[in-house]
Amino acid sequence: MRTELYFAFRNRKVVGGFAVILAFLLLGLIAPLFTDHGPNDYVGPPAAPPSGEYWFGTTTFGQDIFLQFANGLRSTFLVGLLGGGIAAIVGMTIGFVAGYRGGIVDEALNMLTNIVLVLPALAVLIILHTYIGIKSVPAQALFIGLFSWPWVARAVRAQTLSLRSREFVDLARLSGLRPLTIIRREIAPNMSSYLLLTFILLFGGSVLFAATLDFIGLGPTESISLGLMMNNAVQWSALHLGLWWWFVPPGLGITAIVGALYVMNVGLDEVFNPKLREM
Amino acid sequence: MLTLEAISKVYKVGAFGGRELTAVQEVSFAVGPGEVVSLIGESGSGKSTIGRMVLRLASVTKGRIVFDGTDVSRHTGARLKAYRKKVQGVFQDPFSSYNPIFKADRVLHMIRDSFFPGVSASQWRTKLEESLDAVRLDPGQVLGKYPHQLSGGQLQRLLIARALLLDIELLVADEIISMLDASTRIDVLNLLAELKERGLGILFITHDLSLGHYLSDRSVILRRGEVVEIGPTTEVFANPKHDYTKMLLASVPQLHRKWDMA
Ligand SMILES: Nc1ncnc2c1ncn2[C@@H]1O[C@H](COP(=O)(O)OP(=O)(O)O)[C@@H](O)[C@H]1O
Ligand SMILES: [Mg+2]
Repeated sequence: MRTELYFAFRNRKVVGGFAVILAFLLLGLIAPLFTDHGPNDYVGPPAAPPSGEYWFGTTTFGQDIFLQFANGLRSTFLVGLLGGGIAAIVGMTIGFVAGYRGGIVDEALNMLTNIVLVLPALAVLIILHTYIGIKSVPAQALFIGLFSWPWVARAVRAQTLSLRSREFVDLARLSGLRPLTIIRREIAPNMSSYLLLTFILLFGGSVLFAATLDFIGLGPTESISLGLMMNNAVQWSALHLGLWWWFVPPGLGITAIVGALYVMNVGLDEVFNPKLREM
Repeated sequence: MLTLEAISKVYKVGAFGGRELTAVQEVSFAVGPGEVVSLIGESGSGKSTIGRMVLRLASVTKGRIVFDGTDVSRHTGARLKAYRKKVQGVFQDPFSSYNPIFKADRVLHMIRDSFFPGVSASQWRTKLEESLDAVRLDPGQVLGKYPHQLSGGQLQRLLIARALLLDIELLVADEIISMLDASTRIDVLNLLAELKERGLGILFITHDLSLGHYLSDRSVILRRGEVVEIGPTTEVFANPKHDYTKMLLASVPQLHRKWDMA
């Protein structure tokens, strides 16, 4: 573990990706603290280009785009953390139990996985949105999480299946350890690097999924997010009116965050997989 | 002590458990205190399945496993745990018997956490030294090391020491020397002989006939999940009754010579 930490700190992809993520996270956490205004308040002149006072300019209605961006980052990280977290917990739990238990439990969980896999997430979301309404970011994250776990369950199940046939699992059983303890203390630690990589991918996937939903108008209605900013910009013809500062920051933000996560993942893969380490 | 009463094992194989495979069929034999019983058969004859049923790692499809007068074949929870205080196993592959990312002595700590949570540190140290001494391992050489830093023979001894922490009455030894080099094999066999002297019953599983006779009192010859011959080892080896046993013996020519000389 310590050598891996050492290699992680020396890996440029890991350090670079992590720095970008951290910068955006700090911006999102700190910037909104310096103002009393909410992200949708009308604070300035309409459609003003970036200036010393309004760093990213304002919208057609005079909203501060920098403030919207900083608040939108909060939503982005929240949806990534929650959506990715929920998908990771559900997928790993199902994968571990299916792989360890086998038999009829495995078959039932496999069937569940396949059903969720083929369910058209978008159609379900449109229905949910119409009847219940997805109002908050956590609600959106919950939805995303509940639809993104199947591939995790499959991958974790396959690895668990191969680990559980190893004799150290038999010895743990002979030592009186219970199934959940064996999964937690004998099997999962063997996959810890893989589980971390999985979570990072899920995080990025949730961010992208949320941005897509927000952009097509299926996002939470009671907050601001990077996707919703783009949605607004398109809706109010920012492109035609030449208000580039309205849609460029959120687009770049999402691209940078997802890109940085991806680069970090590739770097971590090299760290955990000595064969891939750069000389 | 241990009596198998017509135990069978049927595996469900194929998609949705469509096909059945009978790995063990109505096998009966007994192991007494201080007795070594060899379970001999070709690869795939069901030896490990029997061992795993005795250890309750695999379920018993049919029949009873009677240990000290009680049928343990359906025990769960606390009663199963109590059974495992008396019956433990060691397996073929020493390297896959250890979780590669943890230190090897973790298998010993696991016994303490699970079976002796109340024992004080000094009492535990005494216990540990006793059992390491019994398998002739130097604590300084094996404790605190990772599995890949130890030899196959050391790893197998450590597993035997792990079982001895529990005051076991029966040890299931499933091909425990087949992956060791020749000189280490003898050491481990001698160690088993010592344990036998101390009154431990041993179920010695092997596919190698030349190892089977070395320390065993009785032999069970297994073929495709069924017992074809059973009796005192000297008799089975000197005077095989079943064709299968004869064939097994004939395929190990150097064995006869060794046997005649003995
Ligand atoms: N978990 C299992 N599922 C299905 N079949 C199994 C399983 N374990 C063993 N078998 C089958 O049972 C038979 C006996 O295997 P085993 O007891 O390992 O034999 P041995 O130890 O004598 O080589 C083999 O045909 C094997 O393929
Ligand atoms: Mg076997």
